[in-house]
Amino acid sequence: MNGYVALSNWDLAAAALLLILNAALSVWLQLGLARQLLIAGLRMTIQLLLVGLVLKFLFAVVSPWLTGAAMLFMAAVAGYEVMARQTHGLRGIWRYGLGFSTMMAAAGMVTLVALTAQIQPDPWYDPRYAIPLFGMILGNAMTGIALGLNTLTETVTREKIAIEAQLLLGADRWHAMRPFTRKALTSGFMPIINAMAATGIVSLPGMMTGQILAGVEPTQAVRYQLLIMFLIGGATGLGVLMAVLSGVWRLSDDRHRLRLDRLA
Amino acid sequence: MPPPLLLVEGLGHGHLGPVALTLAQGECLALQGPSGAGKSVLLRALVDLDPNQGRVSLAGTYRDATPAPEWRRRVAYLPAEAGWWTPLVRDHFTDPAAAMPLLDALGMSTESLGWPVARLSTGERQRLGLARCLLNNPEVLLLDEPTSALDSDNTSRVESLLQDRLAHGVGIILVTHDALQSKRIANRVVELRGGQLVTPDPSQP
Repeated sequence: MNGYVALSNWDLAAAALLLILNAALSVWLQLGLARQLLIAGLRMTIQLLLVGLVLKFLFAVVSPWLTGAAMLFMAAVAGYEVMARQTHGLRGIWRYGLGFSTMMAAAGMVTLVALTAQIQPDPWYDPRYAIPLFGMILGNAMTGIALGLNTLTETVTREKIAIEAQLLLGADRWHAMRPFTRKALTSGFMPIINAMAATGIVSLPGMMTGQILAGVEPTQAVRYQLLIMFLIGGATGLGVLMAVLSGVWRLSDDRHRLRLDRLA
Repeated sequence: MPPPLLLVEGLGHGHLGPVALTLAQGECLALQGPSGAGKSVLLRALVDLDPNQGRVSLAGTYRDATPAPEWRRRVAYLPAEAGWWTPLVRDHFTDPAAAMPLLDALGMSTESLGWPVARLSTGERQRLGLARCLLNNPEVLLLDEPTSALDSDNTSRVESLLQDRLAHGVGIILVTHDALQSKRIANRVVELRGGQLVTPDPSQP
């Protein structure tokens, strides 16, 4: 890897002008987006600069504990993000815990398999591989789980009469919720299905583009991207399935009742 | 002496109860009370659709000893509004062929099974909901205004179907705002007031 061009602060500042131009357009067109746009841009800049420093430190010390702690922190923030995207989330510890635990389980498991079976860095927990891999998998699982759970809680609230009609005819809770469980699973899977279908034609994935810019042979970059897409697909599927089924379980009880009182 | 068909002791949920009541085989109990008195809450509690306290038994078998789906097939609750979970009418019946005679008795075309739910009128929905519920052959029927959207001909059809079930030993709790309907099919009238079942005072309409 020797073909990469280092960027100066001036290069970045010039590119940032594009964002400021957008903000100016928003002011001119009275869209009211300028503030949000600038704050988001500023947030991103600070976050990424800090992450750069943290990663530099983590890559230097190569500690399994610090790497694990960083991953836990990432999952904790993602859990908050899933919670914030729910219009009618579950009550209590479930509101945060369901998204966090299913994401952590799915992304953690898949990352572990990828590190020990496919990429096999030395040591296997080398943060230079573990953290970016976990981050990409986590981010996609997060989107899927947030969508799946949101669709589940919205649909179940809206279709209360239809679900209870089935329960009243003697259906068990899984059967009565099935059409709506399926809907929630579909919406959770949709982003990753769309991403797989469009990848390579409509969009060149960020990681692959990054590797190519850093001088990696395109066919090798493609191999990495394929591996990542399979990992992301696996983790998202697993995470969405666990989250939606646990959601169905929590929104009903062992007397086969629909428990909308457990929603906020 | 055999146990009563339905025996309810100390049933409560929120502001409702504790409620005690018995229903004999072939008996029809009319349940009255102003809107919001908790009639639906009571019926939902009887089929265990909301968490509730108290003991309910069917012909001597306790509700808690029966899996909830089985309990709801034997003690059937028909809410005021029927629910639909797929687009076609037919898919709401486990055995559409078995529904034919019942639809006929309710004055519905058997072709209605092939219709989309969206095309049904309120009265048609009500009758199809009743048909669906009766096909489980429940031993107790809890009916929430089953004829509210029907004209007098269809109301008579429903009532004679209910009379027939009563004659076969089915017990019915019927929520109705129609005093004449109570007179026609109910053996007994109770009123829900302040969460308690009381015998209606004839001097207070």
